[in-house]
Amino acid sequence: MTPAHDYDDIPGTYVFDGDHCRRGYHLNMFCKSLDRAENRGAFRRDPPSYLAGFPMTADQAAAVRDRDWLAMLRLGGNIYYTFKLAIFDGLTMQHAGALMSDSGMTVDDFRAMMLTGGRPIEGNRSKRENAHG
Amino acid sequence: MARLVGGLATSHVPSIGAAIDHGRTDDPYWKPLFDGIQPAREWMDRVRPDVVIVVYNDHASRFGMDVTPTFAIGVGDTFAPHDEGYGPRPVPACEGAPGFAWHLVESLVLKDEFDVTIVSDMTVDHGLTVPLSLAFGQPSAWPCRVIPLCVNVIQYPQPTARRCFRLGEAIRRAIDSFEPDLRIAIFGTGGMSHQLQGERAGLINAPYDQMWLDQMVTNPLALTEIGHTELLREAGSEGLEIIMWLVMRGAMDATVREVHRFYHVPASNTAYGLLALENAEGL
Repeated sequence: MTPAHDYDDIPGTYVFDGDHCRRGYHLNMFCKSLDRAENRGAFRRDPPSYLAGFPMTADQAAAVRDRDWLAMLRLGGNIYYTFKLAIFDGLTMQHAGALMSDSGMTVDDFRAMMLTGGRPIEGNRSKRENAHG
Repeated sequence: MARLVGGLATSHVPSIGAAIDHGRTDDPYWKPLFDGIQPAREWMDRVRPDVVIVVYNDHASRFGMDVTPTFAIGVGDTFAPHDEGYGPRPVPACEGAPGFAWHLVESLVLKDEFDVTIVSDMTVDHGLTVPLSLAFGQPSAWPCRVIPLCVNVIQYPQPTARRCFRLGEAIRRAIDSFEPDLRIAIFGTGGMSHQLQGERAGLINAPYDQMWLDQMVTNPLALTEIGHTELLREAGSEGLEIIMWLVMRGAMDATVREVHRFYHVPASNTAYGLLALENAEGL
């Protein structure tokens, strides 16, 4: 493991560093495989056997099965890769954003938030600052 | 002699490309953005570059996790749009500029010791094609040749802001030392503040974006001092790609004239920003 980074203090953010890359490599390469129409077809026909072709951990395979987008990030997923799975499901980046918000946000809530200037930076800068009010 | 005739900074949000491709630019959601960028398109009509160097990032399209070049230059004859899951965008393939691209590579590697990755065969994704659509609309062929210059901004550690600026300075030396009489423009793409991932998805930081727009014009060296943690925190994890604007700015003169500026929230999950710059001495 590498030592703690100063960016670990940023709330709700999974910085895609070397640790994440190593942990998530096969999960991300599974997502990348969905670039190809024939692979999308194979995954749609038989998800378990398609997934079995990628040496993911059981947790990663479960996160894919459950479409648990935050769990995928925590297990080394990169948003540009996991979004390929979201596209496969017919979701937009707003859907994915709402589902990752972890606050029961609907896609309409998320869209409304963006139309009113997005998620504010105040209160979302630093875990340390938030802990000390 | 080749001349640098303009620099454009613009976000490259994929849904902007989808709005153009599906004829939705007059929808109430999109109209303010397309009205706002129109002066830059008219400026581009006057600038008429022969070649555009597009500094962008590949979003897990041509490059996967198996290989991550920090800086990669396309030296091929053509670059087709990549299928990003919806089928390729219905935009023309880009005609490359191999003669100038190889000069650029030689100048960067041999004169400036920028050891770039040389790519003969590559597709290009929305990071490159959306800026072209914004600049040129929907022609049946792009009105200029294109050199893709791909920067890793996805995998930490990304190159520093200062390194990006210095790459721009080195690109300028390559332009100024190229004999043929070519009009060259450079696009720095990506940003502005946005975060696609995690519980903080949807983050926008308009004051920080305004600071960048100001400093890009008057004091870009201050921006080159910014570290990644500040960018990740203030601009968002994907907003860090704003460092690619500094490649463009490094190529321009120290003093520039701001031709057009536009800022708009939101474009999908992103703050949209645009700057059109000319060298102060003019054309």
